Amino acid sequence: MIVGEQKPFEEIKQSVTPYKKLLVLGCGTCVKTCFAGGEDEVAVLASSLRLAFKKDNQEIEIEELTVERQCENEFIQEAAQSVTNADVVLSLACGAGVQAMAKRFMKAPILPGLNTTFLGIQEKHGVFTEECSGCGHCELATFGAICPVTRCSKRLLNGPCGGSKAGKCEVHPEIDCAWQLIIERLTALGQLDNLRAYIPPKNWLTDTSGGPRKLVREDQII
Amino acid sequence: MSVEPISNLQKILLDGNFAVTGECGPPRGANKSIVDDKSQFLKGVVDAVNVTDNQTAIVRMSSIAASVHILNQGMEPVMQMVVRDRNRIALQSDLLGAYSLGLRNILCLSGDHQIFGSQPDALNVFDIDSMNLVRMVKEMRDKGTDMSGFELDTPPRMFIGAAANPFADPFEYRVIRLAKKVDAGVDFIQTQCIYNLAKFKEWIRLAREEGLTEKVYILGGVTPLKSAGMARYMQNKVAGMDIPDEIIQRIEGVPKEKAVDEGMAICLETIAQLREMDGVSGVHVMAIEWEEKVAEIVKKAGLAPRPA
Repeated sequence: MIVGEQKPFEEIKQSVTPYKKLLVLGCGTCVKTCFAGGEDEVAVLASSLRLAFKKDNQEIEIEELTVERQCENEFIQEAAQSVTNADVVLSLACGAGVQAMAKRFMKAPILPGLNTTFLGIQEKHGVFTEECSGCGHCELATFGAICPVTRCSKRLLNGPCGGSKAGKCEVHPEIDCAWQLIIERLTALGQLDNLRAYIPPKNWLTDTSGGPRKLVREDQII
Repeated sequence: MSVEPISNLQKILLDGNFAVTGECGPPRGANKSIVDDKSQFLKGVVDAVNVTDNQTAIVRMSSIAASVHILNQGMEPVMQMVVRDRNRIALQSDLLGAYSLGLRNILCLSGDHQIFGSQPDALNVFDIDSMNLVRMVKEMRDKGTDMSGFELDTPPRMFIGAAANPFADPFEYRVIRLAKKVDAGVDFIQTQCIYNLAKFKEWIRLAREEGLTEKVYILGGVTPLKSAGMARYMQNKVAGMDIPDEIIQRIEGVPKEKAVDEGMAICLETIAQLREMDGVSGVHVMAIEWEEKVAEIVKKAGLAPRPA
């Protein structure tokens, strides 16, 4: 999923301060799962903003709404009336959702309420880890399904570097050395020979080196 | 088959001499004379001088420029090149430039992560890794083409080095990684500082078994310890460093004013053992910000004078 976290409250408050009618718009898929932008978070944030502005004796009207996904027009459409009523939208979606909203609603200012952090998993309740960089060319088969592009701090494809100690990355004692994990897993799978092969420089064209990416599925275009 | 040596360092190794390399870190400023002065301590003392490339991710005079200053002082530099700050286009371009300026040795490295430096908020590059860099330099030299396959008008002929850390985890993989570097085209290896001789011996033994010591010159790294505090700092804080407790106890076991001598004794013992080891072709003395000490080490180790 796409993992995000809510921006600091003061930053959010400051960003909506110039406006009178605010729509706090949640997104019910990825960022709901990571407790950042689903309907629960919309409710809590809206209440906190109401209280804070009341304390400042500032009037603001706040509407709450959550759609299934802000990255799809079909769902965004459900918010159309509320967006028209508001003079600003605080989107609790990932960066893609915020921009999808901006594409759909030309005249409404759309503000981000989250910092989009990474593509990851929920390792345990409340703990999320980055697993994928969306580089456009998956080489997990070679590395025992552990991604060095994302999980090695130096993106080494012929790793490990000389800085790992007791399975931890030199960058931070809480980061697992991806190469330690790769080696352990390939050893368990009897595929350690994968690592004897030279891995050539990565082609970053499928990553952002080719400019913003676009995927066209002719078979799906109606 | 006789090989025409590319550099003095290669000649020394080809002649079967036990090589000695040193290190000179460029200054945090644009003052050429600092490089000139520091390198004087190494003149005639070592066969080649490593010039670090923004080590510990702190901005310093570029490795290429400082290498040229050292060359102009009549010494042979080993230009270090890390893949942290430059993409493949810049690395190839700088390699061509370095060769045109007379540089003949390169050490290909990943580079310390920028989190350790003074500008941790910088974007790192890591377009290619150090293994890819070794092969890049090798192919530019031997095939005469850049990474796109374009035929270079004058290929850069470099004596190619890389680093190895026998002490980093996982140990079992360390020799596989060395084998990969050899396959990628490395000519010489300079290792991480050796304090854990038992582990180093085991690594060299495994490398010998794989036939790697026949294919690559291995220079063992040493750094004289100045104090127990320094030893403990390196043990705890420096990534990839393995200092056994016995080493620290030895330095702690002498009066403070004798700590330098004890550190020196450890360093000399290590060098003596390295010289005895099958598969070790030289020593890389990293006296960090202590260049003036290197002459004494080399002399007391019985490695002076250096072959002309």
